Formats: sequence, C-alpha cells, structure tokens
Amino acid sequence: MSKFNIVEAVNEALRDEMEADDKVIAYGEDVGEDGGVFRATEGLQDEFGEKRCFSSPLAESGIAGTAIGMSLYGFRPVVEMQFSGFSYLSFYQIKEHASRMRIRSRGDYEVPLTVRAPYGGGISALEHHQESPEAFFSHAQGLHVVIPSTPQDTYSLLRKSIQLDDPVVFLEPKKTYRAFKEETDKEKEVELEEARIVKEGEDVTLIAWGAMVPVAEEASEEVEADVEIIDPRTIYPMDFETINESVKKTGRAMVLHEAPKSGGFGAEISSRIQENTILSMEASVERVTAPDVPYPLYTLEDYYMPDKKRAVKGLKRVLEF
Amino acid sequence: MREEVYSGSIEKIEVMGTEDDEDFPWIEEEEYRKLYRKMMIARKFDEKAFSLQRRGEISTYAPHKGQEACQIGAIFALEDDDWMVPSFRETAAFIQRGAPLEKIFQRWMGDANGQKGLSDLNTLPVAIPVGTQNLHTAGLGIAMSFEEDENAVIGFTGDGSTSQGDFHEALNFSGVYDAHSVFFIQNNKFAISMPIEKQTNSQTLAQKAIAYGIDGLQVDGNDILAVIKATREALEKARNGEPVLIEALTYRLEDHTTSDDSTRYRDEEEVEEWKEHDPLKRFREYLEEHGMWDEELEAFEDEAKKIVDEAANKALEMDDPEFDELFDYVYKDMPDLLKQEKEEFKKEANN
Repeated sequence: MSKFNIVEAVNEALRDEMEADDKVIAYGEDVGEDGGVFRATEGLQDEFGEKRCFSSPLAESGIAGTAIGMSLYGFRPVVEMQFSGFSYLSFYQIKEHASRMRIRSRGDYEVPLTVRAPYGGGISALEHHQESPEAFFSHAQGLHVVIPSTPQDTYSLLRKSIQLDDPVVFLEPKKTYRAFKEETDKEKEVELEEARIVKEGEDVTLIAWGAMVPVAEEASEEVEADVEIIDPRTIYPMDFETINESVKKTGRAMVLHEAPKSGGFGAEISSRIQENTILSMEASVERVTAPDVPYPLYTLEDYYMPDKKRAVKGLKRVLEF
Repeated sequence: MREEVYSGSIEKIEVMGTEDDEDFPWIEEEEYRKLYRKMMIARKFDEKAFSLQRRGEISTYAPHKGQEACQIGAIFALEDDDWMVPSFRETAAFIQRGAPLEKIFQRWMGDANGQKGLSDLNTLPVAIPVGTQNLHTAGLGIAMSFEEDENAVIGFTGDGSTSQGDFHEALNFSGVYDAHSVFFIQNNKFAISMPIEKQTNSQTLAQKAIAYGIDGLQVDGNDILAVIKATREALEKARNGEPVLIEALTYRLEDHTTSDDSTRYRDEEEVEEWKEHDPLKRFREYLEEHGMWDEELEAFEDEAKKIVDEAANKALEMDDPEFDELFDYVYKDMPDLLKQEKEEFKKEANN
C-alpha cells in the first residue's frame, strides 16, 4: 500500500486502468505533456504515448462529443474538463447524447465515457473556477455522478467509473486535492451507488460530499451530540436507503453542500428523507448550503462557502428543533 | 510590408451533361437501375409518411423530397465497414444503407425500437439537435485513425448546422487528428425559414473547411453521379487520414417538417423552378439519354408504392412498446433507485 492524496489517487487510478485496458485513453486541455493544470495526468503521456494521453484543442463540447464518437468505436475515454465551471460547454453532448445513446439505439450502442472535472470552491480562484454543478448532471438522466472525498474512494471509484459501460461525470474536490494523504489499498473495490458511513452516531444524520466531508467531520466535533456522517459518494443514483435508515435511527438530518440551496441536490435528499422517514423525524431537514447567488469573486467567498461555523449552527438548529 | 500568407479555392463537381460523363458507364450498368429504384422507394416513402402524418399515424415527419440524390449517392459510395452518422432528415440514406423500411416507419411512428439493429449497419440512430452529431462523426473518424483502420465515416449535416459551434469544433478536431471523417452538408437552402444567404456571409459552405486545414469541395447535390464521384473521392482521402467537407447543393422541395408551412417564407416560383431540377427527374432523363430506361423502370413507381405500403402496414400492425420499456436501456444495469421508481410507476399505471 502507498500513501496518496486525492489528485495522486486520480493519477494512479488512470495509470492502472490504462495499464489494464488499452482502450482507455485520457485527453483534455493541457492533459498531455503538461499533465493537466492540476497534474492529474502527470506522466501518463510519457508512459503510454501520445495516442493514449494527449492534450486536445480547447473546446469542451468538442472534447465530450469526440469522446462519444470514440466510445462508439470501442474506446473508453476519460476526458478532463479543466474546471467544472467550463463543463457547461459540454453539457449538451453529455446530457443529450452520451446519456441517451443506449436508450436511443435500444441497447445497441453504449458510451463508456468518464468525464472528470475538478469542482468546488474555497480556493480563491477566478470567476467560473469554483462551481459545484453536481445537481445539473444529476438531473440529466442516464448518467452516474460521482464525487469522492478521500484518496481511497477517489482511486477505487474512478477505476469503477472507467470500467462502467455507461457515462459517468466524476467530480473531484479540488480544495482537498492535496489536503491529506491516506494509505490507499489498490485491491479495495468500492461500488458505485453505495454511500459510506464516515462516522457512526445516534443523534443526527449529517450528509455531505466532496470537500464538505472534512467540514462535516470538524463540525461534528463541536456539538454535544453523537453525529452520524454519511458521504453518499455517488450523487446520482444516490444510495437513499443508507440515508433513510440512518434518519430512522437518529430522527434528525442535515445536508451540507457547496452548491446553492434552491434546486441543489440537498433539496432532493431532503424530500426523500421526508417521504420515507416522516414517522421517525423529530425535526425538519436542515440544509447548510451556498446562497442562491453566483459564486462570487474571492473577496466574498468566505460568506458564500459553507464552513465549520455555519455547519455547527445548522447542527444546533436541527438538534434543538 | 504585406504579403499574401494564404489563399484557397473551392471546386465544384458535376457529372451529368459534362465532359466527366464521357467515360460512361463509370459504374456497372445494373447499378444505375438499382440507384433509380432506391430513389423511387425513398420518394414513395416520403409521400407515404406524409399521408400517414395527415391521417394521424405519425406525429411529425421531416420530408427529404428533393434530397434523394445526396443521400442515396453518398451512401452508395460507402463500404460496409464504413460508418454513417445521420442528422434527422436522412430517411433516404437509411434506406440505401439497408435499414428495413418498416423499422424506419416504426421510428417515425414514435417507437425507438425502429432504431434497434442499426449497429449491424455501422449506422447511428438519428440525431435531432442540429449540428451536434458532427462531433460524433469526428470522434469515430479519430478512433479509426488511432486504430489505423482503413475505413471511414460519413456524417450528414445541414446548412443551418454550419452556424453551430459543434460543427466547427468537429472540423477542427478532425483536422488535428487526421480523422477518417467525411462531413456531408446537404445545403438545401433553408434552415426551417432561414435562407442560406442570411445564415452566413460565406460564399460557399465548403470553404469553411479551409479554416481548419482540411479539404472542402462542392457538388451538385441533385446529380447523383456527381454525389457518388465526390463522396468516393472524399472517402478515399478520409481513409488516408485526410478529412473532407463536402457541400452538396440541393433544395428541400417540401416543408421543413409536417408542422411547417414554407409558403410563409419562400416563393412558390422558386419551388417550382427547383422541381425542374428534381433529382429523380434528372436521373430519369439521364438514363433515357443513355439508353438505360426501360419498361421495368417505368413500371417501378407502382412497385415502389407497393413495397412502401407493405412496410407501412407492417409498422402500423406492430404493437406499441409496453410500460416496462420506458425504463429499459437507460443504463446497462438498472440502478436500484430506478428499479424502485419503476415499480412505483408501474403500480400507478396499473390502477
């Protein structure tokens, strides 16, 4: 076992999948010689050659759309959107073509495409560089939307995503790309659509993903309650069962996410909880999210990003309801 | 100081009635007759689909009348191991490619199962969002190039689509990666109501290739022999990693779809003039001139009608898909979440 941080785990997963299957190719802006702006594809071009890992022209729709064509011919592309805020240019190809090719052809064609993108805020980056678009892709039907929060999950889930014969949008929490290292077991399999119970507890269920998981962990230490933290890992199709079971036990729930509140995936989770656990609920579901405003330039980002302080207040509200 | 750093030009290919026609016959004689028969079947399909729409058996239909030479000629030039990427008006191309007529009707009648089996023909299902499919044509061609295969892909697109970003990205990617791709624009002069003169300030659509460092050429799209010649030439280049953009000049003789009324935006005179250049009419005249027209071809119009009617009847007799199929093929393995939802909706549907 080796220790990896999240971005290293991405790199390792790509390398091992490219090694295992010569139909796996990786491309996107600056992905080749430069190894990607976050170095997620570092060294892959040297190792596998320019036809397996390369920098493509600067066009997100072009990257996703050509990857669909290559998928139809038997490749298994893993393409990078340099920042998730630029992925909207590829949204049409992903939503209306990648996700529909199987159903449109009644199972004749498939698109085993993985679209990777660093996502999320809190790093004082430029406008458009700090977006959390998971709800958009989750509402696309036919996709898997995956967000890991640890190096182990990143490694195992990215390999699973690449192996999947359906398209996956794999969003990587760039704030925590290099935040910590973890012993990563390459043999460990992590299934898609399975939540991880980060920490067991009896008093309240706290659901968080990506870079909000460490925030959830810190916040849980600050309240005098036994907090159960769940990281869904696959945003869609989400493992609501694990969440519902937890809320049936705790009677209280809070969702913590970076994306704005209205129409954020927390709204869906909140609905599912009340649909399934109303008789066990002691309080309404609390949501700690960003406000319904565009992600600001960074002098205002501390007001925007949910942090430990806001998470603690949210937990207190739901505990004291 | 100034100096010219680039200049380009675009050629147009015509065959019928030109010196290129001198080495007639340049395809096997029987092929001419087969082509005419296919054009007639496609024409009759169009008419039948139109009347089925009026009867309420088809919700919306996009006629290809006037574009048969483009579609049938282009696909005639294709080999079995080549690929076809359609846009949405390529019914004649599907027919030439070998898709069963009843299945084409089935899809127009709102059942996606009509598109099942197209993978046996290396043919993609229709892509309705204008221009977006060009990136699939590019991707398939790049894949062929990477695999060092000797086949090619032809992708259809329309004049309106040349304003879309995806069209330009597709040409650019194809040039960069030596894609085995041929992009075939059917310039039928109108994008619904928008005339080509207002769609772009480019003198030709073919010249858009020049900006991407790939070959562009124009062809008389109502001259099926010219289309075959141009497409063969383009495919030959594409197989060697030189993508090509073809602009076929044609005309949409019918409305955009059965929901459209083209008298709102174009003159009847113009349509009448183009009817004189109807690709079936021109090909018939050509066959007559070259002594290939015979009673069998004369009688084939009725035969084609019969073939098409039979196929339409088969499609009409097909059962509509059942509830379960709503959830089929969204994923390869249905996620638990969707399984649960399916059960819930099924209960509702049964009550």
